[in-house]
Amino acid sequence: MPNAQFNFDLDLYPVKVESNAEIAKDVYVLSYQRSHTFSAGQVVGISIIEYGEPRLYSIASGSTDDMIRLLYNIKPDGELSPSLAGLKAGDTLYVSAPFGSFYGTAKPAVFIASGTGIAPFMSMLRSGLNKDKSIIHGGRTLESFYFKDELMKELGPENYIRCCSQESGDNVYEGRLTNYLREHNDLDHDRKYYLCGLAEMVVETRDLLIDKGIPYENIIAEIYF
Amino acid sequence: MIKDTLLGKTKDELLVITGKLGLPKFTATQIAEWIYKKDISDISEMSNLSKKARELISERFTIGKIDHKDVQVSADGTKKYLFEAAKGNYIEAAYIPEEKRNTLCISTQVGCKMGCLFCMTGKQGFQANLSPGEILNQLLNLPEREEVSNLVFMGMGEPFDNMDNLMKSLEILTAPWGREMSPKRITVSTIGIIPSMSRFIDESDCHLAVSLHTPFEDERKNLMPIENVYPLHEIFTLLKSYDFPRQRRISFEYIMFKGVNDTRRDVNELVRLMHGLKARINLIRFHPVPGTPLEGSDDKTIIEFKDALIAKGVNTTIRASRGLDIAAACGLLSTKELLKNSEEKDY
Repeated sequence: MPNAQFNFDLDLYPVKVESNAEIAKDVYVLSYQRSHTFSAGQVVGISIIEYGEPRLYSIASGSTDDMIRLLYNIKPDGELSPSLAGLKAGDTLYVSAPFGSFYGTAKPAVFIASGTGIAPFMSMLRSGLNKDKSIIHGGRTLESFYFKDELMKELGPENYIRCCSQESGDNVYEGRLTNYLREHNDLDHDRKYYLCGLAEMVVETRDLLIDKGIPYENIIAEIYF
Repeated sequence: MIKDTLLGKTKDELLVITGKLGLPKFTATQIAEWIYKKDISDISEMSNLSKKARELISERFTIGKIDHKDVQVSADGTKKYLFEAAKGNYIEAAYIPEEKRNTLCISTQVGCKMGCLFCMTGKQGFQANLSPGEILNQLLNLPEREEVSNLVFMGMGEPFDNMDNLMKSLEILTAPWGREMSPKRITVSTIGIIPSMSRFIDESDCHLAVSLHTPFEDERKNLMPIENVYPLHEIFTLLKSYDFPRQRRISFEYIMFKGVNDTRRDVNELVRLMHGLKARINLIRFHPVPGTPLEGSDDKTIIEFKDALIAKGVNTTIRASRGLDIAAACGLLSTKELLKNSEEKDY
């Protein structure tokens, strides 16, 4: 049996859901009172039952905000997300302390995300890591660009690139984010490139950046699994 | 009516099925033995079951074995089998005959979510978890199944990301009513998903192999994104908290990358990490995948690295590369070319 020295803590404790709002079709922001310090980019394990196997979600709120905010979408065959979407204010949720080391940086960086992979970057920006940053966000529809008003205000149109694969809109690149990157040969090789999303996007984007001469040491990836 | 499959059902699940069909409890053991020990392909072959019982079962179930779709044979005798999985997906399994043992390397997922920089499977993204039946079919429907002496879960996918189905297949492989393989002939490889590692160590007696690839956490993050969530020091803390029996092998897979993880500095840090843990380091030659920025270390460097570790008391071996000419070697399995691009990407 493991002894007490083993300190990887995924123990869950109960919290009350403060809000759970649908911000786009099947996409929600859930919040609860923060009781731990954390670094932007970290994740929490959550479950709707006390001894359930937790699923990991990136924190989307700032490190000094009163609330922990999580961005998630409903996966029809998901083990947790359909039930999670049914939670209301006052319901109990079981969460772990924040952990992980996909930390943000104060240095110049490009954040690249698909879908709800924008969450850790929201946390970084909301935690004051917003200087010399740009975001490239990919989504299927215009509705996929969660927090777009906040991001536009924070970064301005030149540093907030939206790539939409199925719809067109003002100031939105029409096509996948990988196509956008393929068409741009002015990528700064000295910047850090942070990637977050599903494996296929991360792997394809990483290959593309490496092909464009970005050293792999400058690419930091977080994969949703 | 689409029939469910019996292959992949545990004895407990078979007991539920026989109970619902009004059959005696012992029928569950009989069915398990027919499928997992006697390798039948049709329910009608279950000759110690009554005709009525066979009819009842056949109305709702098939065995569920699926023949391989293709096989490639390497100059060194390694064979790479292509099997069809659900929803038109494909997986690969590698059969590696050797003088003293014959190893089958099997897959647990179609694709993989882990996105390691050096792995071909990761380049196809993730499509699906394999069911216990699909995992077991790679062995039970292999032409050489009777010759297989060792099983390694090192094919496509991260086994601990498909934990429930992995554990069911291990139960079936090792149970007295199942395939009755010794757990000492089965090795499960993981990238290091800590909660599942802990469960595996507690609930299984099979060997464990952990993908290490560098002793430095910051450098491991560049190679393996999982390091952001489940860091090396926690993996070692977990493993060192167990007192493993002598028969249970813990090993670390270590692909050698030129100038990245093959220096004296790496040897020294590996020695420090391994202190207090009875485990082996298995050095693996890197087989470059398209677009990789990494190069493999040369043989001289690999041998010197091994000798340096052994000199410091770390049990170290070099894994022979097999099936390189048919892309069956470590890190090269992929069915990306066979994917149907029906699913719209989210980026």
